[in-house]
Amino acid sequence: MGFREALSSGKFVITAEVGPVKGTETEGLLEDAELIKEKVDAVNVTDLQSSVMRLGSMAVCHLLVDRGIDPVFQLTCRDRNRLALQSDLLSAWVLGIRNVLALTGDHPTLGDHPDAMPVFDLDSVSLLRAISRLNEGFDLAGNQLKGAPAFFPGAVVNPGADTEAALEMQIIKMGKKIEAGAKFFQTQGIYDLDLFEKFMKRVEGFNTPVLGGIILLKSAGMARFMNKNVAGVFVPEPLIKEMEETKDKVKTSVKIAAELVKGMKDLCQGVHIMAIGWEKRVPMVLDEAGL
Amino acid sequence: MVIAEIKPFEEIKNLLKKYKKILVAGCGSCVTVCLSGGKKQVELLASALRTARKIEGDDAVVGEKVIPRQCEPKFVDQIKDEASQYDAILSMGCGAGVQEIADRIENIPVLPALNTTFIGMADEQGQYLEVCAACGDCILSMTGGICPVTRCAKGLISGPCGGSQGGLCEVSKNNPCVWQMIYARLTKLNMLHLLKGMYRQQTRTVHPRKMVREELTSKKEPTKGV
Repeated sequence: MGFREALSSGKFVITAEVGPVKGTETEGLLEDAELIKEKVDAVNVTDLQSSVMRLGSMAVCHLLVDRGIDPVFQLTCRDRNRLALQSDLLSAWVLGIRNVLALTGDHPTLGDHPDAMPVFDLDSVSLLRAISRLNEGFDLAGNQLKGAPAFFPGAVVNPGADTEAALEMQIIKMGKKIEAGAKFFQTQGIYDLDLFEKFMKRVEGFNTPVLGGIILLKSAGMARFMNKNVAGVFVPEPLIKEMEETKDKVKTSVKIAAELVKGMKDLCQGVHIMAIGWEKRVPMVLDEAGL
Repeated sequence: MVIAEIKPFEEIKNLLKKYKKILVAGCGSCVTVCLSGGKKQVELLASALRTARKIEGDDAVVGEKVIPRQCEPKFVDQIKDEASQYDAILSMGCGAGVQEIADRIENIPVLPALNTTFIGMADEQGQYLEVCAACGDCILSMTGGICPVTRCAKGLISGPCGGSQGGLCEVSKNNPCVWQMIYARLTKLNMLHLLKGMYRQQTRTVHPRKMVREELTSKKEPTKGV
């Protein structure tokens, strides 16, 4: 069963994520993917995450397809104009890629080539429109395609936006993304289930599946770093303390993540686990969560 | 107004190295207001150049002239005669000023003393803020008079990215997220509903752009060729 079918079947869907390395080495990443393959419904491949130049998402997605894994092709508007975005979408389709996650993308100044020209010709909403248009057999200029894709497009939302205005605008934009064609959402990492529950109540009316984001905590330091630097991520102090005091960081990290997974089961339609290098631990999290 | 900053003095000095007679030309418009190329700055720069050249034993004649607008031919024409006595013109106008002078005074090199940076407005703290990208497709009616094309680092027009923290932009933590400002302003105006309708695929302009006023062109000769 592919990702799209899994979502429409009503089961609690699980996605994970791999990030290509800087270079041509793919062994580690493919090994991780093989390990989690049986446990997840899809694997996201990030697109130059944090604006750091790396191996591309499309190539890695294709390698995953070859291994019988249904990838979610993350596509940002940072580095390509509308010609390149549409062309890459067509290329992805002929390489067997079926799911796309449309993102605006981080700004290049945050990455390792800060002087790179930021493109942002389209944004997440207009990129979703482009995907919908291609699915209909046309490009953004209205020209007819010879052979159209049938992508399953998704988008992201940040339920932890830290001001009232930011959260309201996240929800308004979520609505625009759905209008533009988004069929599912994956969220930023969540640690506060009460807040997430409130968010899910707010977006209930959209009737679009949401996969709650879970970032594996590797250390107390990482938690503090995210609280300070990653927008929308807030790790509560008790969890930081647990990570600080534990003798077995992996065990505690897995326990925290598993509890979040369990908590989300009643709140949303699935989880998206971002292991950031700890992909091998994803099966442990799912086992402990009873999935 | 057009905002410009004066180039480092060393750079300006190097630009002028081989010239003995230099006319420092100021502009009475935008760059006067942002304190980069008005009468005062012309006096200061001209005097600094004279002193520097004297110290180096390479005296130069440095003249001063300020016209109301360097970007208008009729004002540039007023200095044509005087400029002909100089080896070079150092324009303290914006990029448009430098080019208008170059267009009207063809036999004397024109050098820029300023780096033209953006179209901006002044705040009360002596800061000049970039607020208009001259995109040619104004949406300020939808955004409470605050431009996201210019003031969002990503130029997003369908809403903010997920990157703001504490109301600040992820790209430059000194800047507020412009979408938060838009939200606050639209709330005050009771016009928040506008945010839901905000969607448009931006059109991109091809440079160079041109605006034609038919009523003026009909009376004049066509723009001269190269």
